[in-house]
Amino acid sequence: MAPVATPFFFYLFAAIMLIGGILVITRKNPVHSALALIVTLLAQASVYLMLYAPFVAGVQIILYAGGIMVLFLFVIMLVSIDRSIRERQFNSQWVVGLIAAVALGGLFIAVYMKGMSVFPEHALSVIENDNTQNVASMLYGQYMFPFEIASLLLLVAIIGAVVMAKKRI
Amino acid sequence: MTQIIQYIQSYLGSDQTPGAAGNMFWALVYIMLVFAGLSVAVIAMNWLERKILAHMQVRLGPMRVGPHGLLQPIADAIKLLLKEDIMPAEADGFVFWMAPFIVVLAAFTVFVVVPFGPTHAITDMNIGILFMLGVSSLSVLGIVMAGWASNSHYPLIGALRSSAQMVSYEVAMGLAVVSAVLMTSLNAEGTGTLSMIGIVQAQLAQGEWFIFKFFPLGLIAFFIFAVAMVAETNRAPFDLAEAESELTAGFHTEYSGFRWSLFFLAEYSAMIAVSSIAVTLWLGGWLRPFPNLLHNATWDLVFSLFPGVTFLLFAAMCFYNAVRMPKHPLFRIQTIGLAGFGVVLGLIGLVLFVPAVSLRVQDVFWFAAKVAGFMYMYIWYRGTFPRYRFDQLMQMGWKVLLPMGLGVLILTASVALLQQRIWHP
Repeated sequence: MAPVATPFFFYLFAAIMLIGGILVITRKNPVHSALALIVTLLAQASVYLMLYAPFVAGVQIILYAGGIMVLFLFVIMLVSIDRSIRERQFNSQWVVGLIAAVALGGLFIAVYMKGMSVFPEHALSVIENDNTQNVASMLYGQYMFPFEIASLLLLVAIIGAVVMAKKRI
Repeated sequence: MTQIIQYIQSYLGSDQTPGAAGNMFWALVYIMLVFAGLSVAVIAMNWLERKILAHMQVRLGPMRVGPHGLLQPIADAIKLLLKEDIMPAEADGFVFWMAPFIVVLAAFTVFVVVPFGPTHAITDMNIGILFMLGVSSLSVLGIVMAGWASNSHYPLIGALRSSAQMVSYEVAMGLAVVSAVLMTSLNAEGTGTLSMIGIVQAQLAQGEWFIFKFFPLGLIAFFIFAVAMVAETNRAPFDLAEAESELTAGFHTEYSGFRWSLFFLAEYSAMIAVSSIAVTLWLGGWLRPFPNLLHNATWDLVFSLFPGVTFLLFAAMCFYNAVRMPKHPLFRIQTIGLAGFGVVLGLIGLVLFVPAVSLRVQDVFWFAAKVAGFMYMYIWYRGTFPRYRFDQLMQMGWKVLLPMGLGVLILTASVALLQQRIWHP
């Protein structure tokens, strides 16, 4: 099968992600921001697909784009848009912002300079057709304990939500 | 030139889907075939729904446009295309414009992985069923966008109801799907599959449809899915999102003309999509009845006659009704038209008797026949069940279907383990 992971598609999806991400923070209307975030998440799923990880891409679409973002929109839709548009959008914390930007920029430059040696070019060793099966055997074999810890964490969150929502238990 | 012809011919005789074989030309042909077939199916559903509902309520339904109203969907389509396209003055223009496209895109994209036959699918993905569930869950975004962007009360309430309903029933639906996927892993290697074609092949290998597997566990999982899929597509009795008596038309109240028809198209193609998930997971997809039990040349021949006979029956129905038409000069054109339609159906039926054709088409026929059964059920539900109240809907989803789904999943896993460890060590 011909490879689909061409640089063209990578740049396309990366550009969509970046534009979406910028729109998320610059739109005044929160619904538009949420929609831009959905575009970003979908482009991210496409990048996972290009990395021959279809299972992760599918889960990304189901959980983030189809589940979490719908709940986001659900809440945002009930917000008064006229009032939220008049709210101040950016915090003017110049010092923190500058430090974060410099640190992130430094990281990017370091990766760009040293990336070739840190992430050596690799022939693809995993077969796309076994991705789901590989993820399953990793999660339930080698990484069983961390996986169960994560599920325990989610259980705690669920109980917390129930306790907070219910007046009388 | 010869290279192109060679490229086109290289796929013929292949035992893969065009997507898996990497053949762009045939993939495009399949996409166009699926799109055309779906559009015809939606048009047919439009007519059938009105006719069947009418007959259930002892009415005649559309009778004026064409014989027995056969041309009514076309008249409707022309009316919708000619209608003025209205956008509310206070609406959010871009979101309002985008919403119907997202719904249609989500509803049609899922058909990329639907297996109409062992090779009759656009492509086969490693994550087939996950892809279908994920992309069809995106359609709720379009509904929410439509409801919010209309900047009107009824659409907003409709969109809120619809999103709450779809998010809650997705959970039960997912659990039912997982218990079916679990059944695919009962083979020598012990690894299951999410690929749609793989799931049907697992049913063929295990010699039974998953609806009968571990009776009644498969049946219960199928039942959960069958309820959840009606809720997912916002159809009666779970059509709270577009409850006519409460919310005029729900989330698409403010839409008119072509945009409204996009919502209509998306609703019906989403119904076909979830029905094909159910058919693939529990009813053996493209497999004909008893593929293992009645497996010899005679039975193969008998079952290969089914597609042709079905079309001949349709043709016979047309002729019967053409004879019963009123013998009045005003009805002459309609009578001739109905007889002509019967002739066309009969000719299709005769072509389907050619062994080379029926060999290729019978998979698609059995798949379509099973999906058609589900579509009839949809209309039947609408004709018989009263609409649920919203709290009843939520109670049903979270307190009945979800625990049932969890129980079935755990029981299926336990029985499968027992079977592998004890009965076949």
